Amino acid sequence: MATIQFDLVSPERKLASLDATEIQIPGADGDFTAMADHAPFLTTLRPGVLRVKAGNDVTEYVVTGGFVEISGTAASVLAENAMPKGEVTREIIDGFIAEATAAAETAPSEEIDMANKRVADTKALLDII
Amino acid sequence: MPNLKDLKNRIESVKSTRKITKAMQMVAAAKLRRAQEAAEAGRPYAERMNAVMANLSGAAAGSDSAPKLLAGSGDDKVHLLVVATAERGLCGGFNSSIVKLARAKAQELISTGKTVKILTVGKKGREQMKRDFSDLMIDHVDLSEVKKVGYVNAHAIATDIVNRFNAGEFDVATIFFNQFVSVINQVPTAQQLIPASFEQQENVETPFYEYEPSEEEILTDLLPRALSTQVFTALLENGASEQGARMSAMDNATRNAGEMIDKLTIVYNRSRQAAITNELIEIISGAEAL
Repeated sequence: MATIQFDLVSPERKLASLDATEIQIPGADGDFTAMADHAPFLTTLRPGVLRVKAGNDVTEYVVTGGFVEISGTAASVLAENAMPKGEVTREIIDGFIAEATAAAETAPSEEIDMANKRVADTKALLDII
Repeated sequence: MPNLKDLKNRIESVKSTRKITKAMQMVAAAKLRRAQEAAEAGRPYAERMNAVMANLSGAAAGSDSAPKLLAGSGDDKVHLLVVATAERGLCGGFNSSIVKLARAKAQELISTGKTVKILTVGKKGREQMKRDFSDLMIDHVDLSEVKKVGYVNAHAIATDIVNRFNAGEFDVATIFFNQFVSVINQVPTAQQLIPASFEQQENVETPFYEYEPSEEEILTDLLPRALSTQVFTALLENGASEQGARMSAMDNATRNAGEMIDKLTIVYNRSRQAAITNELIEIISGAEAL
């Protein structure tokens, strides 16, 4: 089966680099799955769960803001915060929520919708743990 | 003639100084490796971010709807200088070289009638900048409690800068830090943060992307993050440079202490020999007189 080169990097380290068969990504305007030969695509991330499938192995990561860059052969996810789903605790998510809420309070008027959406998306993360 | 006892004390004291500088050098070497690894690990993210931003901002520049962070406030009256230095001294010219560059820039701006505001990161920079520009300092970020500079710290600084920009406190922001080249070479660098500037990489073919949401929205979302990344890269470079500078400074200090010990030992041995000769002369002339 055709594979796609998948990279997950955060500002502090490279979390994963492997050949994946499919990657389910929480895009800003909805989830989507990237497979080999996906059209070149660039989208921002919303806080959510990223699922990487390589053969029969599935790895899940929790990611917050950042973006995804997809070309036909490679998918790079640049996430501001990224960690394996198993490492995520309630406190970490509470921290994200606090940060998103603080950002929403100081956001200039034209960005307020975006900031509020981020708060809602971050709160939705609580359901997954 | 210097007293033998004094000389001996002096040698002992220089020896313990040498021990300390040697230890500091070794600690710096270990820290340097860690700092370099951190800088290395942060590079893929920063490079990718820069490439995408260069691509996006190239398209958006010139259009009227470009975000303010990219287009600027349309003025360049008030400049914010972010001076990033170390929390500690004893690292050669590391802190001074950054401050020197920032001071030159500040003086140049003031002489052309601009208003300058200064934000310092790191205690040493604040102390030095205070001497000349104490009334221009607006804030200070203290990282002395932070063991390992993380993205969180950079993000906090960047958010603060963006908030000040949105509040109209300044028009142009520049960060000053030391670019790490090698252990003996660090280049003080000034990088413009706002309006954001991204180096266009050459010979990189960019496929025709589909954007979701629109390009402008992505740009608005990513600009603050790109800013945090730039600050983070600056802090990482600074961290590696600091350790590199300290390592070579302490290496020099250790060598100088060694030279000093050698010189003092020669003086000590000469004085001892002279004292012995003197005593012998006294004994011999005493015996002859009999």
